[in-house]
Parts: sequence; structure tokens; C-alpha cells
Amino acid sequence: MKHSDRPQDGEPRHDAGAPDEAPQDATTSSDEHAPDGKQISRRRMVGYLLAAPTLVAAARFMPAEKAAAEGIPAPNIADLFDLSDVLNAAAAPTYGLLAITIDKQGNANFQLPRSENGQGITTAFTMIIADEMDLPMSRVKVTLMPAEPKLLFNQLTAGSSSVFTLYEPVRRAAAVARTQLMRTAARELGVPARDLTLKDGVFTASHGGSMGFGALTEKAAVKRMIEFQPKLKKAADQKLIGTEQKRVDALDIVMGRKTFTMDLAPAGADPTMICRPPTLNASAKAIQNKAAVLKMPGVTHVLLVPHSDDVQGGVAVVARTFGQCIDAIRALKVTWSKGSIAGRTEQSIKADLAKAELPMTPALGKVIEETFTFNFRSGSALETNCAVADVRKDKAEIWAPLKSPQWAQGKIAELLKLNIESVKVNVMDGGGSFGRRLFCDGAFEAAVISRSIGKPVKLMWHRADDARHGRHHPLTTSKVRITTGGGAVLQYDQRHTAVPTDFTQGLGDYLTAAETRLPLQNFAQFSQTVFYTTANVPYNFGVVTQLLNEIDAFNTFNTSSVRNVYSPDVATATELMVDRVAKEFGRDPMEFRLAFAKDQRMKDVLNAVKKAGNWGRAMAPGTAQGIAMRNEYKGRTACLVEIDCTPATVNRKIRQAVTGPRVTKLVFAIDVGIPINPLGLKAQVMGGAMDGIAQALTYSHHLKNENFVEASWDNSAYTRQWNTPPVVEIIVMPQTTDVAGGAGEAAVGTTMAAVACAYGRAMGKMPTEFPINHNSPLHFEPYPASPPVPEVPADGLERAGIKRPSAKKKRATRKKKRTTARKPAAKTPSKTTKK
Amino acid sequence: MPNHTFTVNGKKVTVDVEDDVRLLWVLRDVLKIHGPKYGCGIGVCRACTCHLNGKAFNPCVTPVKDILPTDEVTTIEGLAPSIGKAIHPMQQAWLDVDVAQCGYCQPGQIMQAVDLVKTVQREKRQVTENDLDQIRNVCRCGTYPRIREAIKKGEAAMPVLQVTKPKKRKAKKKKPVARKPAPSKRKSAVELPQSAE
Repeated sequence: MKHSDRPQDGEPRHDAGAPDEAPQDATTSSDEHAPDGKQISRRRMVGYLLAAPTLVAAARFMPAEKAAAEGIPAPNIADLFDLSDVLNAAAAPTYGLLAITIDKQGNANFQLPRSENGQGITTAFTMIIADEMDLPMSRVKVTLMPAEPKLLFNQLTAGSSSVFTLYEPVRRAAAVARTQLMRTAARELGVPARDLTLKDGVFTASHGGSMGFGALTEKAAVKRMIEFQPKLKKAADQKLIGTEQKRVDALDIVMGRKTFTMDLAPAGADPTMICRPPTLNASAKAIQNKAAVLKMPGVTHVLLVPHSDDVQGGVAVVARTFGQCIDAIRALKVTWSKGSIAGRTEQSIKADLAKAELPMTPALGKVIEETFTFNFRSGSALETNCAVADVRKDKAEIWAPLKSPQWAQGKIAELLKLNIESVKVNVMDGGGSFGRRLFCDGAFEAAVISRSIGKPVKLMWHRADDARHGRHHPLTTSKVRITTGGGAVLQYDQRHTAVPTDFTQGLGDYLTAAETRLPLQNFAQFSQTVFYTTANVPYNFGVVTQLLNEIDAFNTFNTSSVRNVYSPDVATATELMVDRVAKEFGRDPMEFRLAFAKDQRMKDVLNAVKKAGNWGRAMAPGTAQGIAMRNEYKGRTACLVEIDCTPATVNRKIRQAVTGPRVTKLVFAIDVGIPINPLGLKAQVMGGAMDGIAQALTYSHHLKNENFVEASWDNSAYTRQWNTPPVVEIIVMPQTTDVAGGAGEAAVGTTMAAVACAYGRAMGKMPTEFPINHNSPLHFEPYPASPPVPEVPADGLERAGIKRPSAKKKRATRKKKRTTARKPAAKTPSKTTKK
Repeated sequence: MPNHTFTVNGKKVTVDVEDDVRLLWVLRDVLKIHGPKYGCGIGVCRACTCHLNGKAFNPCVTPVKDILPTDEVTTIEGLAPSIGKAIHPMQQAWLDVDVAQCGYCQPGQIMQAVDLVKTVQREKRQVTENDLDQIRNVCRCGTYPRIREAIKKGEAAMPVLQVTKPKKRKAKKKKPVARKPAPSKRKSAVELPQSAE
């Protein structure tokens, strides 16, 4: 398929299948905020006042836009209609339920139908509402909404889409609230509205009278739903959008008060863990020593949890403490069935991929071709999979960090044979997600165990299980062929072949997710959709084809849309080949990119890093700069890194660490359209960049004996401080469009590609397998697969350098000096002392 | 089950739990002190980092029996109170730099950072890039560069230590001498009367 040459204006129109013919409505004209009038047609929204005792304002799109997947046509449509659009279209019909409630204290309350895992969306929406309503951020309360089936698709947190999707409707609702409050204040104070000034939630009339939101809210409330057309604030009047704001939960975090799922302590919910199989997706058949394990200290329940598509299962243990669960798991003797990849090895899977690769189209010109391999890497967050479940006879309540809460709710209702209304699913703040929490592995297990034992449970995965049995970025190969002639690139072909990415959470909705499990539907509906809407080549490279093929079923491996999904691999393969073509043409990599970049926004980010990163400066042997760029999530990114591959650096020794080449400097420029909160945006870029560095240099999992060998953070060599670039500079480009593009994933692929390119230039040889150390000897002695969790060390004091005798003596002498009435209690290891 | 008595965040506690249960689970599951997080349970990720008598350690690999009655365990919740402040300079630095993303690892990171600064202060020097490189705490969100920045800020704001934590606490507690009959202690209160601590 030929790439369209038309300029990208930052707001690609979905002339590739989505409806343009939706009827106009009255509110369009009131939306004076859009500069070009072009994009308004996608943003027809009406505001509402909802009947309630206090003021409740809402907004929704008028015409329900067509559901996403069916509108996806042929390859290379990412330029026209990208993943952000798919998720936006999917969310569109249900915005009406996004409501802002003004309480009697004058606070604006908003339940965000999304999951917060560190990406900063609660902060961004606090800013958006505060700005539109002229309230201090401290008086906007954004919480996470429990699963709400009426929202249909609109509760999925994925594809870096949250801000992009919800920015307009939330602003609209806030504007409705502000306008109604202003009318009410004008009435109450007996002045025309234009005579009022609004500051920090208080209207003041020129005659001096004033009223705050809290006093106005009941008077502003309505008795029946009223359609409302608010005027949005002009960009020039926005005070918070575009300013650097710190996270709203930062204080709770640093004080240790932020509540994660495992910090809940509902009465009777005891620690619960699962003894998992020695091979992937095997099922527990029998417990050989149940009675003995039940006698272990603290242990109250031992039960078999059968494996299914939804519940990985194994043998569950309930105990007084998680520590005692771990001891019990190590003691269990379990008979297991065969797993899902019996008889296969990493090599055999790679051979399967090679066989499944789709053929290239015929080339007419000089051809450069290479195949790249991208190994499995874990999507584990620091907080392992977890959930609290309280299942009673006729109802269930679940607490978990979930990005697809509606799917969780429907599936749990199905597993427990309950009505969906009887299942309450609470969305907790997550300790990181990176795509992992699209699936509800912990929640499903917790629900069935709670049902089995008839009491609430607090279920947590062990780190080793999270690493081995958790969700992975799938093993992938990517063949790139570039055809050149006459100093131009005539053709670009990419064939991506992969273990399937499990998309069976669908778009977060229970019904969609069920359909994706039908034969081939995971691939047909989602893998292809996501691939075609994210893969693109941001260069004028003539005829472009990018195709995906997958092997196996969705549940052969445990995979998910790990941060940035296909893009790190797509981008890395592309950018390495771009370097190669540039070399072929005898051109500088930066200059080549600037010449072939498709649009000005892309050139602008390139120029930004070129200048800030001092591209082309003289580099010592064994070190090099690398550059990469990417067009995704409605934004443009460019990354320039410097890497040090000299022996002194590569061979530096840190205990149980993968050191290797080090990125010594990283300069990143991002244009997201509207940068709502540049500080939060930089944080997301920084995090994505650390991810990209890991995926290029150190981070992969190895398949041996039908399981992954890595079982700890020292085994899985994710970026650590010793891999962190000492110099990181992130440039947020000034606003370029009227769309708030995605941030959460945008930096991963670009950084990975830049590091790969820098490594290739420093070593004088293009790397073709990632991470670059995947085939080196393991840097650790693997923990056994059975028992599934490692022995718990008991030498914490020794590790900390706390030497008892001398420490005690020192303390004793110190104390003696200071305290006169000192008793010798310190020296007697008595279990009881005075306070 | 055996009793174990020690001080957590300035409060004497007695727990009835097996000797070999790791302190992390005593803190989290028994005492419901949730600041220290579980990230690996084998002393690798350091999300549970706390202080024992002012020194960083990992309760996930420390059996409760190793904690002596005279020991003072400080979790993130007790960090600021341990210096008699509403917020510790390192926590403030974390806010100033806006380090946290999901926040799960940050309590451990902050406890580690305070320990690092105290260590280099004892060695009469400043935190170096090499010191920062050696920090083992995992942050999967990738906040590492901001952690480095915050540690340098926190270091600048932390008074060069002359006062150790136990001393401070004692100084504070000496005033309300009357506050002797504290909760939760039954049988042990009879034995070994001791200076008001």
C-alpha cells in the first residue's frame, strides 16, 4: 500500500474508515477553541446539568462514533488513524457519564474511569478541572472509578490514550459546572454575570459581594437533566494547562501513606499465595502432603486451584502472614500436568517464527535486508499481581489495580456464577503497570479462592512467579528490507513475526473480550489492529508494507500489551536499517533523517535533540552517538544518546549486576500536541527511556525447561542505577496541535532504537538480536523451578553490615555516657523488657 | 508462640509470632505498618528498606528473632518523627524533584537515600556518582535520574549528623515522663523496671 504524501497536520483525520458524515449539532459552533475548525467535527460534545441535590455537570459526544475495530482497513494506516483514534472511538459513546460533582465544601469531585499506575493521570485531570473551573488544585478530588458496566468501552487504560481521550469531555463538564455556578452567583448577588470575577472558587461582584462554590452548589443544582452549551476557556486564559505541576499523591507517597491493594486490611482477609507449576501453564493435579503443610505454623488453608484460561492457579495457601505462605509453598509436594509449551525450547520457537514469516513483495532495485530478533521480556511491575476478594454467597467485592475493570467484573461474575450487579470491582492505585494490569490474573484467582474457602482473602503473587508466570512482551522477529535506487529509498518492507500478544482483555469490556477468544479472533481483531495502527515508518520511503504474523494461540504464553506493545521492536529494526541506508548513501545519520522525515514536527524534534545533544561532536573510540525518531500516539519523538562501550566501562564490576555498555547521556525531545503537565510528561519520558535502555542492552528472559529461568530483580536485568545515564535532558516542545497526545509509552521504542543505533556505531557492527547480551552466559545461578519460590535468606543484619556484638557495645557505652539511671537490659536477650 | 518486643517508630511493641518469620511480615501482616513494601522477599529489590537503629536494612530477610528488645526499627512512617520533624529533608527533596511515579518503591528508596547520606557524612565526604551507581533499589517506573537529583538535594538539606536517632527520640520522650502506663504490655511490665525511655 502506498503511503499518502499529504502533509500531516498533527491531527490525522480518520478518512480511513471512520465516520466523517456524523451530523453536526448546535454545540459545534460554540467550540471556538479549535483553531482550524477541522477537528471540531470529531469533538462534537454537549454539556449537561444532571438532576442531583448539588451541582453535577457532565459532558458527552453527541453522535456515537462507530466502534473501533471494524473501521480498520489495510496496512500502513497509522498515519491516518492510529491506536489513539481506535481507543478514542471506542470510548466515545459513553462520555455522558463523566460527571463532576460540586460538594458543599466547594470541592469539585470527579471519578476517573481509568487506572492510575504512576503515569500521572490523576494529576493531569486535577489540573484540567482546576484550570477550567478556576479552583485551586487542592480542591479538586480525582478518584478512580469502580467498574461500571454502563460505561461500555470507556474504562480501559491502554495505548497511552487516557489524556487524549478524556481531555475534551472532562474540560467540557468542568466548563458546564463553572458556567452554571456563575449564573447562579449572578442571580444570588444581583449582578450581571459579566460583573463577576472568579478566583479560587469564589465569585466576587464589583460591588464587593462574594460567594464561593460551596455556598452556590445547592442553589445551582437542577431537578431534571438539562442540555447545556458552555463556552470553554480560551487557551490564553488557561493558567494551569501547560505548567509544571507535581503529582497530587506525592506527599502520601513520600510519607509512606499511599494505599496500594496489599495495604488494605479488611477484617478476616488473610494472606494468600499460590504454589505455581514448574512449567508454564501447567495444572495442579494433586497435593501429596496437604495434611503436613496444614500443620505448619500460621497455615489455615491449603487448596487446589485448577488451571484455566482465566485462572492460572496451582495450590493456594492461606496463612497468618505472607512469610508463612512462602514457607508452605516451599514445603508443598504437588503433582502437575504438562504445561502449554511441553517439548518446546527457545530455539524451536525461534524456528517456528522463521517458518511463519510472511513473504516479501518483489523488489525492483538494490536491496538491503536484515532480520532482527527481540527476546521475551517481562512486563512485571514492582507491585506483583495482587487482589483482595470478599466473596459471599450472593455477592462479591474485589479490590485490585485493574486497567480493564469491566472485564474483571464480568468475568468474575461468570466464574462465581453471580449476577454482574452483585460483583463490585474497586480500582486501586497500582504499583506500576506497563501493560501488565490489563489482565486481572490476581483478581480472578482471589475471587475463586475466596469463594472456595468462604472467607475474604488477600492474594499476592510471589516475585518469582510474577517474573516467570507473569505477562511478557512476546518473542518477536522483524525482517526489514529496504530497496534503493537513484539516491532515494524506493520501497520499505517489514515483516514482523511474533508469539501472540494476548489481547483477550479486548477493549476492556467483557463482551468484546469474550469474542477475542474465538479461534483466530485475538489475531484478527486485535493483534492486527494494534500492529497496523501503531506500526509506521516516519520517513518518505516510497512504497511501504508492514505486516504481522503470529504463531500459537493467545494463551500458549502469558503475554500482554507490555508498554509500547509492538513499537520498540518495530522502531529498533527500522532505525538500525535507516542508519545502514544512510551509511550506504554516505550520509550522516542525522542529516539523512532530517532529509527523509515526513513532516515538520518530526524535523523539529530532531533539530531539538541535535542542538541540545551536540550531534556530531568528536567521540572517543568505543563510544558513539545514536539517533532515532518516532511518530506515535499523536506525537513526535526524537532521542539522541551517547554510549560508552569501552572495556573499562563494559567490564566494570558491581555485585550481581549486569553492567556492560553504558548510556552516558540521553537527550530526548517530545512533541505531544498539547503538553498538559510538562513535569509529568518528562517523568513519563524518563521512565519510558529507562525501559528502552533495558530492552536494548540488558533486559530479557530466557526459556529453559519450559519455564523462564529469571525469578528475581537481580536475575531480570531491568535498568538499575548502574545503568542509568548520568546525564538526562528532556525537551518538551511547545504546543503544536490541539490534541493532547499520549505520553506513557512514547519514549520506549524511540530510546531503545537510539541506544541500539549508538551501540552499532560504537562497535562498528549493527546488532541484530536484543537485548544485546541475550546470548551471553547467564550472569546468575538460576533458582530451581521447584519449589517455585526461592529460599528466603535470613541474614538481613549481616547484609546490612549490622554487627551485633560491637554494635551493642557501642550503643551501651554511648548510652552509659548519656543516661545515668541505665539498667543492663540491653545485654540480656530477654524477650520482655520495660518500655 | 514466642513473644518479640522491640520499638517501631518510637513505640514499644510486642508481637506473638514464630521466631523465623521475617520482620517484613511482622510489620505488614501483624502490626499493619504498610509503608515498607514487598517487591521480592529475598533482599534484592529493597522496596522494604527500613532502618534498624538508624542503619538501612531489609526486613524481608531479617527474622524477627534477630530484633532485640533494645532495637529501634524505623519505617518510612517514622522517618520524619525520628528527627522530630513533620517531614524529613530527604522526603522534602523527593517532593521538590517530583520523583515518584507509581510510588511503590519510593519509601524504600528514601530510607536507602537517608542511610547513604548518613554513611558518607560519617566518612566526612559527599555523595558521589559512584555512590549513586551502587544503589540497588529497583524502580520499575524508571525514576532513577530524579532519584539521583533528589538525593543530592536531600544531602544538601540534611544537617551533617551529630545527633543520632535514638538520642533524639529519648530527648523527646523524657519530657512526658508521666506517660508511663502505655498500652499493650501485660506480663512484661512487672519485670525489669528501667529508666524512662
